[in-house]
Amino acid sequence: MRQPGQPFVNWGWIADHSDDMVTRILNHLIFTGIAIAVGFAISLALSLLIVRYRWTYGPVTWVAGVLYTIPSLALFGLLIPITGFTVTTAEIALVSYTLLILIRNTVAGLDGVPTDVRDAAVGMGFSPTQVMLKVDLPLALPVIMAGLRVATVTTIGLVTVTALIGMDNLGTFITDGLQRLFVTPILVGAVLSIALAVAADLLLLGAQRLIAPWTRAARAGR
Amino acid sequence: MTGVLDFLADHRGDVLRRALEHAQISGIALLVALAVALPIALWLAHSGRGGFLAINASNVGRALPSLAIIAIVFSLPGFGLRSTTVIFALVLLGIPPMLTNAYVAVRGVDRDVVEAARGMGMRGMEILRGVELPLAAPVIMAGIRTAAVQIVATATLGALVASGGLGTFIVDGIAVQDTASIVTGALLVAVLAILTDVAFGALERAVTPAGLAMAQESTGRGRGRARRGAPARGDDVPAADQSERVDA
Repeated sequence: MRQPGQPFVNWGWIADHSDDMVTRILNHLIFTGIAIAVGFAISLALSLLIVRYRWTYGPVTWVAGVLYTIPSLALFGLLIPITGFTVTTAEIALVSYTLLILIRNTVAGLDGVPTDVRDAAVGMGFSPTQVMLKVDLPLALPVIMAGLRVATVTTIGLVTVTALIGMDNLGTFITDGLQRLFVTPILVGAVLSIALAVAADLLLLGAQRLIAPWTRAARAGR
Repeated sequence: MTGVLDFLADHRGDVLRRALEHAQISGIALLVALAVALPIALWLAHSGRGGFLAINASNVGRALPSLAIIAIVFSLPGFGLRSTTVIFALVLLGIPPMLTNAYVAVRGVDRDVVEAARGMGMRGMEILRGVELPLAAPVIMAGIRTAAVQIVATATLGALVASGGLGTFIVDGIAVQDTASIVTGALLVAVLAILTDVAFGALERAVTPAGLAMAQESTGRGRGRARRGAPARGDDVPAADQSERVDA
């Protein structure tokens, strides 16, 4: 792909495009943030529904599973006649991919709350809402956070694909580079998106330990 | 919808050719990835070394965006705009889930059963073939299923670097704003991915030894149970999920 004598990475190009990189990293984070926030809101609601009405678990995870199986480019393609080449198309697809992971982990987290603890809270006069907010959710938090980590890392990877339907983010470096057969931007896009995924994973792991320090102590004491 | 039907009617030959290309690229990548991942996983599981690597392979694999892998392979000397680029990238994507699952599967085989086999006079290879692999088969198969679905999905993106596969309809359709082409390609790809998932799900059940299935039914706590039980859809990608749970 390179002209003979042309260096593998054109460092001059990278220096010239540092502003683009900052903008696209920010865009990438915004795309990911919206998808995770909306996906989590939907998943939390569905998970509470599942915990209350068990029979909904099968159908809900089946639908989420089918969505999860549809390749990203195909899901964008199916949405284009309805929502066009827009942020909405990108976000609908990105949100769809978070559901299976988030619902499974949230339900597993809520299921893992010991009945004794919940009974004790009821005995102390907690209302159902209080039990949910002060007992169930905090105790389920580590497993929910684990789900958020996986969903975030997956979403960061999928956001790059939205560049194919005209979204501006780190994936744009890759599509631009492929169009011009110019390796430097391709590598910039690939390396930055991988670095972003790894950084987000570590950051969320840190947050998880900060919010729920007891999980670590419990594990060490086991 | 009529646009899709018209497109299908007009491009019948193309559709078939692209579908076959897609299946061929995916099939080759899956076989190569399996040929690489399975021996490594078996060796690691037996030697007891590299457990951390094997278990975390799928976590690392997930952090690598598929488009980025294709892009990086494309940039490597000797690759570029060729179907080899796509196949090599797909192999790289397919290895982690198979490696992790096969490792976890073999490590998870009940040691007592292996001891019993040894007590009966079975040798290393006999134990591997006659005891460990059959007992590990469902979880190994679950890893192959995850890899297969991912490979079929990512082969769509391969159309960016090498014209071929069903992704071509989508990529070309986007380039010339031909909605019928985009939607037809998208539908075909979605159907192919779901069929792959269903087919490998059936294989997964088929390779579960009858005794193992019975044991899991009766005790209700078999390792393979969670991913074979009623709402089976949500239960693929098991090993990654397990390690995630452990991490929590």
